Amino acid sequence: MRWQIPLLIVFIGGVFMAVQYFVPLEFSERIYEYCVDWIIIVGVFAMGLGLWSLFRVSVSKIQTKAPAWKYNFLTLAGLFSMILLGLFSGIEEGKAFMKLFWYIYTPIQASMFALLAFYVASAAYRAFRARTLVATILLLTAVVIMLRLIPLGSVSGLNQNVASWILTVPNMAAKRAIAMGIGLGGIATALKVVLGIERSYMGKD
Amino acid sequence: MGFYEKLMTMDRRVVYLAMALAVAVPLFIPFQVPIHTTPEVKSVYNFIENLKEGDRLLIAIDYDPNAMAELHPMALTICRQCFAKGIKLFFVTLSQNAPGMAEQLVSRLSKEFNKKNGVDYVYLGYKPYPGLVILSMGQNFRISFPMDYYGTPVDSMPIMQGIRNYDDMKAVIAFEAGWVADAWIQDANGRYKLPVALGLTGVMTADYYPYIQSKQIFGLMGGLKGAAEYETLAKAKDRIASRGMKVQTITHIVVILFIIVGNIGFFMSKRKQP
Repeated sequence: MRWQIPLLIVFIGGVFMAVQYFVPLEFSERIYEYCVDWIIIVGVFAMGLGLWSLFRVSVSKIQTKAPAWKYNFLTLAGLFSMILLGLFSGIEEGKAFMKLFWYIYTPIQASMFALLAFYVASAAYRAFRARTLVATILLLTAVVIMLRLIPLGSVSGLNQNVASWILTVPNMAAKRAIAMGIGLGGIATALKVVLGIERSYMGKD
Repeated sequence: MGFYEKLMTMDRRVVYLAMALAVAVPLFIPFQVPIHTTPEVKSVYNFIENLKEGDRLLIAIDYDPNAMAELHPMALTICRQCFAKGIKLFFVTLSQNAPGMAEQLVSRLSKEFNKKNGVDYVYLGYKPYPGLVILSMGQNFRISFPMDYYGTPVDSMPIMQGIRNYDDMKAVIAFEAGWVADAWIQDANGRYKLPVALGLTGVMTADYYPYIQSKQIFGLMGGLKGAAEYETLAKAKDRIASRGMKVQTITHIVVILFIIVGNIGFFMSKRKQP
Protein backbone atom coordinates (compact mmCIF):
# COMPACT_ATOMS: atom_id res chain seq x y z
CA MET A 1 0.00 0.00 0.00
CA ARG A 2 2.94 2.31 0.72
CA TRP A 3 3.81 2.17 -2.97
CA GLN A 4 0.36 1.80 -4.47
CA ILE A 5 -1.33 4.84 -2.91
CA PRO A 6 1.19 7.44 -4.18
CA LEU A 7 1.22 5.78 -7.62
CA LEU A 8 -2.57 5.88 -7.71
CA ILE A 9 -2.64 9.57 -6.71
CA VAL A 10 -0.08 10.43 -9.39
CA PHE A 11 -1.98 8.41 -12.02
CA ILE A 12 -5.38 9.94 -11.25
CA GLY A 13 -3.98 13.46 -10.90
CA GLY A 14 -1.86 13.23 -14.06
CA VAL A 15 -4.66 11.78 -16.22
CA PHE A 16 -7.19 14.31 -14.88
CA MET A 17 -4.93 17.31 -15.52
CA ALA A 18 -4.17 16.06 -19.05
CA VAL A 19 -7.84 15.43 -19.90
CA GLN A 20 -9.04 18.61 -18.18
CA TYR A 21 -6.88 20.75 -20.52
CA PHE A 22 -9.11 19.74 -23.45
CA VAL A 23 -12.52 19.71 -21.68
CA PRO A 24 -14.18 23.15 -21.65
CA LEU A 25 -16.88 22.27 -19.08
CA GLU A 26 -17.52 24.36 -15.98
CA PHE A 27 -17.35 21.21 -13.83
CA SER A 28 -13.81 20.39 -14.92
CA GLU A 29 -12.76 24.06 -14.54
CA ARG A 30 -14.02 24.05 -10.93
CA ILE A 31 -12.07 20.90 -10.05
CA TYR A 32 -9.03 22.34 -11.82
CA GLU A 33 -9.20 25.53 -9.72
CA TYR A 34 -9.51 23.37 -6.59
CA CYS A 35 -6.41 21.38 -7.65
CA VAL A 36 -4.45 24.57 -8.29
CA ASP A 37 -5.27 25.82 -4.77
CA TRP A 38 -4.09 22.52 -3.29
CA ILE A 39 -0.88 22.50 -5.33
CA ILE A 40 -0.03 25.97 -4.03
CA ILE A 41 -0.76 24.83 -0.45
CA VAL A 42 1.45 21.75 -0.87
CA GLY A 43 4.14 23.97 -2.38
CA VAL A 44 4.08 26.28 0.62
CA PHE A 45 4.46 23.28 2.95
CA ALA A 46 7.36 22.08 0.78
CA MET A 47 8.94 25.50 1.29
CA GLY A 48 8.52 25.08 5.03
CA LEU A 49 10.14 21.66 4.80
CA GLY A 50 13.05 23.19 2.89
CA LEU A 51 13.50 25.90 5.52
CA TRP A 52 13.51 23.29 8.32
CA SER A 53 16.06 21.20 6.43
CA LEU A 54 18.32 24.24 5.92
CA PHE A 55 18.01 25.12 9.63
CA ARG A 56 18.80 21.56 10.76
CA VAL A 57 21.84 21.18 8.49
CA SER A 58 23.23 24.60 9.44
CA VAL A 59 22.78 24.04 13.20
CA SER A 60 24.42 20.62 12.93
CA LYS A 61 27.46 22.10 11.15
CA ILE A 62 27.72 24.89 13.73
CA GLN A 63 27.51 22.45 16.65
CA THR A 64 30.16 20.11 15.21
CA LYS A 65 32.35 23.03 14.03
CA ALA A 66 32.45 21.54 10.53
CA PRO A 67 34.77 23.25 7.97
CA ALA A 68 33.51 26.76 7.13
CA TRP A 69 30.88 26.52 9.90
CA LYS A 70 30.91 30.32 10.34
CA TYR A 71 29.20 30.67 6.94
CA ASN A 72 26.35 28.54 8.25
CA PHE A 73 25.98 30.97 11.13
CA LEU A 74 25.74 33.83 8.60
CA THR A 75 23.19 31.82 6.63
CA LEU A 76 20.95 31.46 9.68
CA ALA A 77 21.43 35.10 10.65
CA GLY A 78 20.38 36.23 7.17
CA LEU A 79 17.44 33.82 7.09
CA PHE A 80 15.97 34.82 10.44
CA SER A 81 16.60 38.53 10.09
CA MET A 82 14.73 38.67 6.75
CA ILE A 83 11.85 36.53 8.07
CA LEU A 84 11.42 38.54 11.28
CA LEU A 85 11.80 41.92 9.61
CA GLY A 86 9.38 40.95 6.85
CA LEU A 87 6.80 39.71 9.35
CA PHE A 88 7.02 42.48 11.93
CA SER A 89 8.21 45.61 10.14
CA GLY A 90 6.47 45.19 6.78
CA ILE A 91 7.67 44.73 3.20
CA GLU A 92 6.87 48.13 1.67
CA GLU A 93 9.45 50.47 0.18
CA GLY A 94 11.44 52.21 2.94
CA LYS A 95 11.07 49.46 5.54
CA ALA A 96 14.08 47.64 7.05
CA PHE A 97 13.26 44.50 5.03
CA MET A 98 13.49 46.35 1.73
CA LYS A 99 16.62 48.21 2.85
CA LEU A 100 18.35 44.85 3.53
CA PHE A 101 17.12 43.60 0.15
CA TRP A 102 18.37 46.66 -1.76
CA TYR A 103 21.61 47.41 0.09
CA ILE A 104 22.87 43.89 0.88
CA TYR A 105 21.14 41.23 -1.23
CA THR A 106 20.91 43.14 -4.54
CA PRO A 107 24.58 44.23 -4.69
CA ILE A 108 25.70 40.68 -3.80
CA GLN A 109 23.57 39.09 -6.55
CA ALA A 110 24.43 41.75 -9.11
CA SER A 111 28.16 41.38 -8.33
CA MET A 112 28.04 37.59 -8.70
CA PHE A 113 26.44 37.98 -12.13
CA ALA A 114 28.88 40.74 -13.10
CA LEU A 115 31.82 38.41 -12.44
CA LEU A 116 30.59 36.33 -15.38
CA ALA A 117 31.79 39.05 -17.77
CA PHE A 118 35.38 38.36 -16.74
CA TYR A 119 35.01 34.58 -16.97
CA VAL A 120 33.34 34.88 -20.39
CA ALA A 121 36.17 37.06 -21.68
CA SER A 122 38.79 34.61 -20.42
CA ALA A 123 36.86 31.61 -21.78
CA ALA A 124 36.36 33.30 -25.18
CA TYR A 125 40.08 34.07 -25.42
CA ARG A 126 40.97 30.43 -24.72
CA ALA A 127 38.15 28.59 -26.51
CA PHE A 128 37.64 30.55 -29.73
CA ARG A 129 40.55 29.14 -31.71
CA ALA A 130 40.19 28.26 -35.40
CA ARG A 131 41.50 24.68 -34.98
CA THR A 132 38.98 23.04 -37.29
CA LEU A 133 36.42 24.15 -39.89
CA VAL A 134 33.55 23.88 -37.35
CA ALA A 135 35.52 25.82 -34.73
CA THR A 136 36.23 28.52 -37.34
CA ILE A 137 32.53 28.82 -38.20
CA LEU A 138 31.72 29.12 -34.48
CA LEU A 139 34.42 31.76 -34.05
CA LEU A 140 33.29 33.86 -37.04
CA THR A 141 29.62 33.63 -35.99
CA ALA A 142 30.45 34.78 -32.45
CA VAL A 143 32.48 37.69 -33.80
CA VAL A 144 29.70 38.78 -36.20
CA ILE A 145 27.12 38.69 -33.40
CA MET A 146 29.38 40.67 -31.06
CA LEU A 147 30.18 43.19 -33.81
CA ARG A 148 26.51 44.19 -34.14
CA LEU A 149 26.92 46.19 -30.94
CA ILE A 150 29.98 48.07 -32.25
CA PRO A 151 29.57 51.08 -34.58
CA LEU A 152 31.47 50.17 -37.76
CA GLY A 153 30.51 53.11 -39.95
CA SER A 154 29.33 52.08 -43.41
CA VAL A 155 29.84 48.37 -42.65
CA SER A 156 27.40 48.45 -39.70
CA GLY A 157 24.37 47.99 -41.93
CA LEU A 158 25.84 44.90 -43.63
CA ASN A 159 26.90 43.44 -40.28
CA GLN A 160 23.44 44.04 -38.78
CA ASN A 161 21.85 42.22 -41.75
CA VAL A 162 24.23 39.26 -41.46
CA ALA A 163 23.71 39.05 -37.68
CA SER A 164 19.96 39.24 -38.16
CA TRP A 165 20.11 36.43 -40.76
CA ILE A 166 22.18 34.27 -38.39
CA LEU A 167 19.66 34.79 -35.56
CA THR A 168 16.52 34.32 -37.64
CA VAL A 169 17.54 31.45 -39.95
CA PRO A 170 20.20 28.93 -38.77
CA ASN A 171 19.82 29.82 -35.07
CA MET A 172 16.03 29.53 -35.29
CA ALA A 173 16.26 26.20 -37.11
CA ALA A 174 18.56 24.76 -34.48
CA LYS A 175 16.55 26.13 -31.54
CA ARG A 176 13.34 24.83 -33.04
CA ALA A 177 14.83 21.33 -33.37
CA ILE A 178 16.11 21.46 -29.78
CA ALA A 179 12.73 22.70 -28.50
CA MET A 180 10.94 19.85 -30.30
CA GLY A 181 13.36 17.36 -28.79
CA ILE A 182 12.84 18.83 -25.31
CA GLY A 183 9.08 18.78 -25.81
CA LEU A 184 9.05 15.13 -26.90
CA GLY A 185 11.38 14.22 -24.04
CA GLY A 186 9.12 16.05 -21.60
CA ILE A 187 6.04 14.17 -22.85
CA ALA A 188 7.87 10.84 -22.55
CA THR A 189 9.05 11.64 -19.01
CA ALA A 190 5.62 12.86 -17.94
CA LEU A 191 4.00 9.68 -19.31
CA LYS A 192 6.55 7.57 -17.44
CA VAL A 193 5.77 9.40 -14.18
CA VAL A 194 1.98 9.23 -14.64
CA LEU A 195 2.06 5.54 -15.55
CA GLY A 196 4.28 4.71 -12.58
CA ILE A 197 7.30 3.62 -14.64
CA GLU A 198 9.43 6.47 -13.29
CA ARG A 199 9.37 6.43 -9.47
CA SER A 200 12.45 8.39 -8.44
CA TYR A 201 10.24 11.04 -6.78
CA MET A 202 9.27 8.49 -4.12
CA GLY A 203 12.81 8.18 -2.78
CA LYS A 204 14.99 5.14 -2.20
CA ASP A 205 12.88 3.27 0.42
CA MET B 1 58.35 29.75 -24.51
CA GLY B 2 58.27 31.77 -27.74
CA PHE B 3 56.43 35.04 -28.23
CA TYR B 4 53.54 33.45 -30.10
CA GLU B 5 53.15 30.71 -27.48
CA LYS B 6 52.94 33.44 -24.85
CA LEU B 7 50.24 35.18 -26.91
CA MET B 8 48.25 31.95 -26.88
CA THR B 9 48.62 31.28 -23.16
CA MET B 10 48.36 34.76 -21.64
CA ASP B 11 47.79 34.85 -17.88
CA ARG B 12 44.06 35.21 -17.30
CA ARG B 13 44.75 38.06 -14.88
CA VAL B 14 45.82 40.13 -17.88
CA VAL B 15 42.42 39.42 -19.43
CA TYR B 16 40.64 40.32 -16.18
CA LEU B 17 42.60 43.58 -15.87
CA ALA B 18 41.82 44.54 -19.47
CA MET B 19 38.12 43.80 -18.87
CA ALA B 20 38.12 45.83 -15.66
CA LEU B 21 39.58 48.81 -17.50
CA ALA B 22 37.16 48.28 -20.41
CA VAL B 23 34.25 48.42 -17.95
CA ALA B 24 35.44 51.33 -15.80
CA VAL B 25 37.04 53.78 -18.25
CA PRO B 26 34.07 54.30 -20.66
CA LEU B 27 31.92 55.40 -17.73
CA PHE B 28 34.06 58.53 -17.43
CA ILE B 29 34.38 59.34 -21.13
CA PRO B 30 31.38 61.05 -22.70
CA PHE B 31 30.59 59.52 -26.09
CA GLN B 32 27.50 58.20 -27.82
CA VAL B 33 27.00 54.78 -29.34
CA PRO B 34 24.55 54.78 -32.28
CA ILE B 35 21.63 52.46 -31.51
CA HIS B 36 20.08 50.58 -34.44
CA THR B 37 16.50 49.57 -33.69
CA THR B 38 15.31 46.11 -34.70
CA PRO B 39 11.82 45.07 -35.89
CA GLU B 40 11.19 42.86 -32.84
CA VAL B 41 11.67 45.80 -30.44
CA LYS B 42 9.76 48.22 -32.70
CA SER B 43 6.74 45.91 -32.67
CA VAL B 44 6.52 46.17 -28.85
CA TYR B 45 6.84 49.95 -29.03
CA ASN B 46 4.22 50.24 -31.79
CA PHE B 47 1.83 47.96 -29.91
CA ILE B 48 1.93 50.16 -26.82
CA GLU B 49 1.77 53.36 -28.88
CA ASN B 50 -1.44 52.10 -30.51
CA LEU B 51 -3.15 51.45 -27.15
CA LYS B 52 -5.68 53.99 -25.93
CA GLU B 53 -6.15 55.62 -22.55
CA GLY B 54 -7.87 53.18 -20.18
CA ASP B 55 -6.63 50.05 -21.96
CA ARG B 56 -5.28 47.37 -19.65
CA LEU B 57 -1.86 45.75 -19.78
CA LEU B 58 -0.42 42.97 -17.65
CA ILE B 59 3.21 43.53 -16.65
CA ALA B 60 5.15 40.53 -15.33
CA ILE B 61 8.31 41.41 -13.40
CA ASP B 62 10.06 38.04 -13.17
CA TYR B 63 13.73 38.86 -12.78
CA ASP B 64 16.18 38.79 -9.89
CA PRO B 65 18.72 41.47 -8.94
CA ASN B 66 21.32 39.68 -11.09
CA ALA B 67 19.35 40.54 -14.25
CA MET B 68 18.42 44.00 -13.05
CA ALA B 69 21.05 45.82 -15.14
CA GLU B 70 19.49 44.53 -18.38
CA LEU B 71 15.80 44.30 -17.56
CA HIS B 72 15.09 47.12 -15.12
CA PRO B 73 15.80 49.90 -17.70
CA MET B 74 13.38 48.37 -20.24
CA ALA B 75 10.72 47.80 -17.56
CA LEU B 76 11.04 51.42 -16.41
CA THR B 77 10.84 52.82 -19.96
CA ILE B 78 7.82 50.71 -20.92
CA CYS B 79 5.94 51.47 -17.70
CA ARG B 80 6.68 55.19 -18.11
CA GLN B 81 5.33 55.07 -21.65
CA CYS B 82 2.18 53.29 -20.41
CA PHE B 83 1.57 55.66 -17.50
CA ALA B 84 2.09 58.68 -19.78
CA LYS B 85 -0.60 57.30 -22.12
CA GLY B 86 -3.01 56.58 -19.25
CA ILE B 87 -2.85 52.83 -19.71
CA LYS B 88 -3.89 50.84 -16.64
CA LEU B 89 -1.16 48.48 -15.47
CA PHE B 90 -1.56 45.18 -13.62
CA PHE B 91 1.75 44.10 -12.10
CA VAL B 92 2.49 40.51 -11.14
CA THR B 93 5.70 38.75 -10.08
CA LEU B 94 6.35 35.03 -10.45
CA SER B 95 10.00 34.87 -9.37
CA GLN B 96 10.85 34.76 -5.66
CA ASN B 97 13.32 37.64 -5.72
CA ALA B 98 11.27 39.79 -8.07
CA PRO B 99 8.83 41.36 -5.55
CA GLY B 100 11.56 43.75 -4.41
CA MET B 101 12.22 44.78 -8.03
CA ALA B 102 8.53 45.29 -8.72
CA GLU B 103 7.89 47.16 -5.46
CA GLN B 104 10.69 49.62 -6.25
CA LEU B 105 9.47 50.08 -9.82
CA VAL B 106 5.85 50.59 -8.78
CA SER B 107 6.65 52.99 -5.91
CA ARG B 108 9.00 55.07 -8.01
CA LEU B 109 6.71 55.38 -11.05
CA SER B 110 3.52 55.97 -9.08
CA LYS B 111 5.15 58.97 -7.38
CA GLU B 112 6.64 60.19 -10.67
CA PHE B 113 3.29 60.10 -12.53
CA ASN B 114 1.05 60.71 -9.52
CA LYS B 115 -0.77 57.41 -10.07
CA LYS B 116 -3.01 55.89 -7.43
CA ASN B 117 -2.79 52.25 -6.34
CA GLY B 118 -6.06 50.46 -6.96
CA VAL B 119 -7.22 53.08 -9.47
CA ASP B 120 -4.49 53.53 -12.08
CA TYR B 121 -2.50 50.38 -11.35
CA VAL B 122 -2.51 47.34 -9.09
CA TYR B 123 0.43 45.34 -7.84
CA LEU B 124 -0.90 41.83 -7.30
CA GLY B 125 2.29 40.47 -5.73
CA TYR B 126 4.05 37.12 -5.86
CA LYS B 127 2.84 33.52 -5.78
CA PRO B 128 4.95 30.35 -6.22
CA TYR B 129 4.63 27.84 -9.08
CA PRO B 130 4.67 30.22 -12.06
CA GLY B 131 3.10 27.73 -14.49
CA LEU B 132 0.07 27.21 -12.26
CA VAL B 133 -0.33 30.90 -11.51
CA ILE B 134 -0.24 31.75 -15.24
CA LEU B 135 -2.87 29.08 -15.93
CA SER B 136 -5.05 30.18 -13.02
CA MET B 137 -4.94 33.86 -14.09
CA GLY B 138 -6.44 32.68 -17.38
CA GLN B 139 -9.47 31.56 -15.39
CA ASN B 140 -9.63 34.36 -12.85
CA PHE B 141 -7.00 36.59 -11.32
CA ARG B 142 -8.62 36.08 -7.93
CA ILE B 143 -7.74 32.37 -7.78
CA SER B 144 -4.08 33.18 -7.15
CA PHE B 145 -4.43 36.81 -6.08
CA PRO B 146 -7.44 37.38 -3.83
CA MET B 147 -5.43 40.21 -2.27
CA ASP B 148 -2.78 42.49 -3.67
CA TYR B 149 0.85 42.70 -2.50
CA TYR B 150 -0.12 45.06 0.33
CA GLY B 151 -2.93 42.83 1.64
CA THR B 152 -5.87 44.80 0.17
CA PRO B 153 -8.70 42.62 -1.20
CA VAL B 154 -8.67 43.08 -4.98
CA ASP B 155 -12.46 43.23 -5.14
CA SER B 156 -12.35 46.47 -3.14
CA MET B 157 -10.28 48.18 -5.84
CA PRO B 158 -11.93 50.21 -8.59
CA ILE B 159 -9.36 49.03 -11.17
CA MET B 160 -10.37 45.39 -10.62
CA GLN B 161 -14.11 45.99 -11.12
CA GLY B 162 -15.24 43.93 -14.10
CA ILE B 163 -11.76 42.40 -14.50
CA ARG B 164 -11.79 38.65 -14.48
CA ASN B 165 -8.98 37.10 -16.53
CA TYR B 166 -6.76 37.49 -19.61
CA ASP B 167 -9.78 38.32 -21.79
CA ASP B 168 -9.79 41.72 -20.10
CA MET B 169 -6.12 42.41 -20.91
CA LYS B 170 -4.68 43.65 -24.18
CA ALA B 171 -1.40 41.74 -23.69
CA VAL B 172 1.27 40.74 -21.22
CA ILE B 173 4.75 42.27 -21.32
CA ALA B 174 6.89 39.79 -19.39
CA PHE B 175 10.38 40.67 -18.20
CA GLU B 176 12.10 37.32 -17.77
CA ALA B 177 15.47 35.98 -16.69
CA GLY B 178 14.52 32.29 -16.58
CA TRP B 179 12.22 29.54 -17.75
CA VAL B 180 9.01 31.40 -16.81
CA ALA B 181 9.15 32.93 -20.31
CA ASP B 182 8.28 29.46 -21.67
CA ALA B 183 5.29 29.26 -19.32
CA TRP B 184 3.92 32.60 -20.60
CA ILE B 185 4.23 31.37 -24.20
CA GLN B 186 2.88 27.85 -23.62
CA ASP B 187 0.12 28.65 -21.16
CA ALA B 188 -0.94 32.29 -21.51
CA ASN B 189 -0.58 32.40 -25.31
CA GLY B 190 -0.98 28.70 -26.13
CA ARG B 191 -4.12 28.12 -24.10
CA TYR B 192 -5.66 31.55 -23.60
CA LYS B 193 -4.39 33.33 -26.75
CA LEU B 194 -3.10 36.28 -24.73
CA PRO B 195 -0.63 38.30 -26.84
CA VAL B 196 2.82 38.01 -25.24
CA ALA B 197 5.91 40.20 -25.59
CA LEU B 198 9.12 39.36 -23.80
CA GLY B 199 11.98 41.36 -22.33
CA LEU B 200 14.86 38.95 -21.83
CA THR B 201 18.48 38.88 -20.76
CA GLY B 202 21.02 38.92 -23.60
CA VAL B 203 22.03 35.28 -23.22
CA MET B 204 18.42 34.07 -23.52
CA THR B 205 17.41 36.16 -26.53
CA ALA B 206 18.67 33.82 -29.26
CA ASP B 207 16.50 30.99 -27.85
CA TYR B 208 13.25 32.88 -28.41
CA TYR B 209 13.52 33.94 -32.07
CA PRO B 210 11.52 30.88 -33.21
CA TYR B 211 8.53 32.20 -31.27
CA ILE B 212 8.56 35.48 -33.19
CA GLN B 213 8.36 33.72 -36.52
CA SER B 214 5.58 31.44 -35.29
CA LYS B 215 3.79 34.56 -33.94
CA GLN B 216 3.57 33.11 -30.44
CA ILE B 217 5.15 36.33 -29.22
CA PHE B 218 4.66 39.67 -30.96
CA GLY B 219 7.85 41.34 -29.71
CA LEU B 220 11.20 40.63 -28.17
CA MET B 221 13.60 42.96 -26.36
CA GLY B 222 16.97 41.31 -25.79
CA GLY B 223 19.38 42.42 -23.10
CA LEU B 224 20.88 45.84 -22.66
CA LYS B 225 20.78 46.46 -26.41
CA GLY B 226 17.04 45.81 -26.48
CA ALA B 227 16.56 48.18 -23.57
CA ALA B 228 18.68 50.85 -25.31
CA GLU B 229 16.66 50.38 -28.53
CA TYR B 230 13.43 50.89 -26.62
CA GLU B 231 14.77 53.99 -24.88
CA THR B 232 15.70 55.38 -28.32
CA LEU B 233 12.24 54.63 -29.76
CA ALA B 234 10.45 56.05 -26.73
CA LYS B 235 12.76 59.11 -26.63
CA ALA B 236 13.24 58.40 -22.92
CA LYS B 237 14.64 61.17 -20.75
CA ASP B 238 16.55 58.83 -18.45
CA ARG B 239 18.62 56.60 -20.79
CA ILE B 240 20.24 54.17 -18.38
CA ALA B 241 20.61 51.37 -20.93
CA SER B 242 22.00 53.69 -23.61
CA ARG B 243 24.72 54.79 -21.18
CA GLY B 244 25.44 51.12 -20.44
CA MET B 245 25.86 50.44 -24.17
CA LYS B 246 29.10 52.47 -24.09
CA VAL B 247 30.57 49.94 -21.66
CA GLN B 248 29.19 46.96 -23.55
CA THR B 249 30.61 48.22 -26.86
CA ILE B 250 34.11 48.70 -25.44
CA THR B 251 34.10 45.35 -23.61
CA HIS B 252 33.01 43.57 -26.80
CA ILE B 253 35.88 45.22 -28.69
CA VAL B 254 38.29 44.03 -25.98
CA VAL B 255 36.95 40.46 -26.16
CA ILE B 256 37.24 40.43 -29.97
CA LEU B 257 40.81 41.74 -29.73
CA PHE B 258 41.74 38.99 -27.29
CA ILE B 259 40.19 36.39 -29.62
CA ILE B 260 42.23 37.80 -32.54
CA VAL B 261 45.43 37.84 -30.44
CA GLY B 262 44.84 34.26 -29.31
CA ASN B 263 44.31 33.08 -32.89
CA ILE B 264 47.40 34.93 -34.16
CA GLY B 265 49.42 33.15 -31.47
CA PHE B 266 47.79 29.83 -32.42
CA PHE B 267 48.47 30.09 -36.17
CA MET B 268 51.97 31.50 -35.88
CA SER B 269 53.07 28.88 -33.35
CA LYS B 270 51.56 26.15 -35.56
CA ARG B 271 53.51 27.47 -38.55
CA LYS B 272 56.73 27.36 -36.55
CA GLN B 273 56.28 23.70 -35.61
CA PRO B 274 58.20 21.29 -37.86
